[in-house]
Amino acid sequence: MSGVLAECAGVTRTFGRFVAVDRVDLRLHSGEVVGLLGANGAGKTTLLRMLLGLLPVSAGEVRLFGEPPSRGTRRRIGYVPQSLGLYDDLTAAENLDFSAAVFGGDTSRGRPAALDPFGGILVGALPLGVQRRVAFTEALAHRPDLLILDEPTSGVDPLARARLWETIGDAAAAGAGVLVTTHYMDEAGECSRLVIMAGGRVVARGTAAEITGDHQVTVVETDDWARAFGALEAVGLVAALAGRALRVPGAHADDVRRALGGIEARVSLAPGTLEERFFQLTSTSATEAVG
Amino acid sequence: MSGPTSSAEPVRGDWWGTDAVSVGYGKVPALDRVTFRVVPGQVSVVVGGDGAGRTTLLRCLAGALSASQGEIRRPAASQIGYLPAGSGTYPDLTVAENLAFRAAVYGVRGAGRSAEYLERAGLGAARDRPAGQLSGGMRQKLGVIAAMLHQPALLVLDEPTTGVDPVSRVELWSLIARAAAEGAAVAASTSYLDEAQRASRVLALDGGRELAAGTPEQIVAAIPGTVWVMDARPAGDEARRAWRRNARWRVWVPATPDGPATADGPADRGEPVQPDLQDAVTIASLARELATAGDRR
Repeated sequence: MSGVLAECAGVTRTFGRFVAVDRVDLRLHSGEVVGLLGANGAGKTTLLRMLLGLLPVSAGEVRLFGEPPSRGTRRRIGYVPQSLGLYDDLTAAENLDFSAAVFGGDTSRGRPAALDPFGGILVGALPLGVQRRVAFTEALAHRPDLLILDEPTSGVDPLARARLWETIGDAAAAGAGVLVTTHYMDEAGECSRLVIMAGGRVVARGTAAEITGDHQVTVVETDDWARAFGALEAVGLVAALAGRALRVPGAHADDVRRALGGIEARVSLAPGTLEERFFQLTSTSATEAVG
Repeated sequence: MSGPTSSAEPVRGDWWGTDAVSVGYGKVPALDRVTFRVVPGQVSVVVGGDGAGRTTLLRCLAGALSASQGEIRRPAASQIGYLPAGSGTYPDLTVAENLAFRAAVYGVRGAGRSAEYLERAGLGAARDRPAGQLSGGMRQKLGVIAAMLHQPALLVLDEPTTGVDPVSRVELWSLIARAAAEGAAVAASTSYLDEAQRASRVLALDGGRELAAGTPEQIVAAIPGTVWVMDARPAGDEARRAWRRNARWRVWVPATPDGPATADGPADRGEPVQPDLQDAVTIASLARELATAGDRR
């Protein structure tokens, strides 16, 4: 099918008896930004490694640009791993030159002027924010058709994050497909659609609005939040403090009222956030995979 | 830049924190006259990117670093619980041994509290596993309960949730809220603005200096101007005050010096939007960047 850059069909990966990725179906089209969300250990990085051809599948099939992963398909992919994947004892410019030589790209194209002052400095001595920009520049230099980003914005301040997303958005607008993992729920809004994984399986997919749906969360407002918090905790309900209110994802309002007993509190329902929906999906219904 | 005082200001009890504290490593100021208040029973959060000065500030609070200038108020060392960035656990010791070691160091009697905290953190089944074999989220939870085990008056947590998935983050904040519920003054750093939005007080740092401070509501209310949202990237001068968010563009229209912000939006129109803490911190960074660029001209 035209426009499909990457496709996983029933992809499974086991390590011994442990099933890290379990029958995952995924399609990525040109111009799309797909966010891959999941708890630590949900199988996201293992899935990315299979897409990159770094790890063979145990079952199922991965196709990139209509063919199995190979060195040829790797040339059409830009990849930024969590660790950034730079050589610490080469300078920023040497890192970019090396990558350009490997990918056969132009050595100077698309190198942002903002990196000029750092070109001659060893990457290991650069601030993390600058290292990240070097890694992005390197991944984009050969104009990849497919961009794979593993937590690209971890530890980045909001303005710098907005700028990284600008770069990602520009690449997608130019026709690249982007697969990105993140732990920042507010970045879900940058994605055309989301795929949520838990326990190696896909448990939800769609836009952020579709996944959040009309999910509601129980909210407790009380002057005695500390006591209320203790009462909820005592019956095993996880509550998040929001200012002086408590939000109790995944709990029925009646159960919350019962747990509070005699504590004076107003218990109400409020629209849930994507994060709360995610909490519910990955902590309680991890066993129900969706197609 | 801090907002007016409000009901979130402490009315009783003590506070811990820093008052106009500067710290320099060699010639580079890591902190430049930073004031940060941490109140018992509340969670105060410091936000910023890598290199903003969060770790330096929290190390001052924890007693691991002294100030070159300014005042640091902290309780006696035995009354401080500190989780350094990274982990704060011993990878070769089991979960239970990590807590037993902490308990011995701080003179916590009986194993009751350790067992209770392990259960609450969902680590009961992992008590005999070496800490080095835990997942990132579990290890951070162990670090947090180890730091709060002796019920310190001041709990200092450096990036307890960085790199931790959203589910473990909810659980971690639940543990942290519990420490505040037990009366601790909690100071934590994060790069997640949605976490900071739920804190009682927030300090945003950039390059060792305060970008914004106050309750989340105060910081948002102090934005000098209005925020507009548009579908396409704006052109010209507005591009310098625009940033991408949720696949659209936000533009900051600064208030004019002689009055409130103009009721008109950016040249291309757009809709006004109620900003949140993330917008406020972004605008503070932009304002500083534009001022610096202006100085260079």
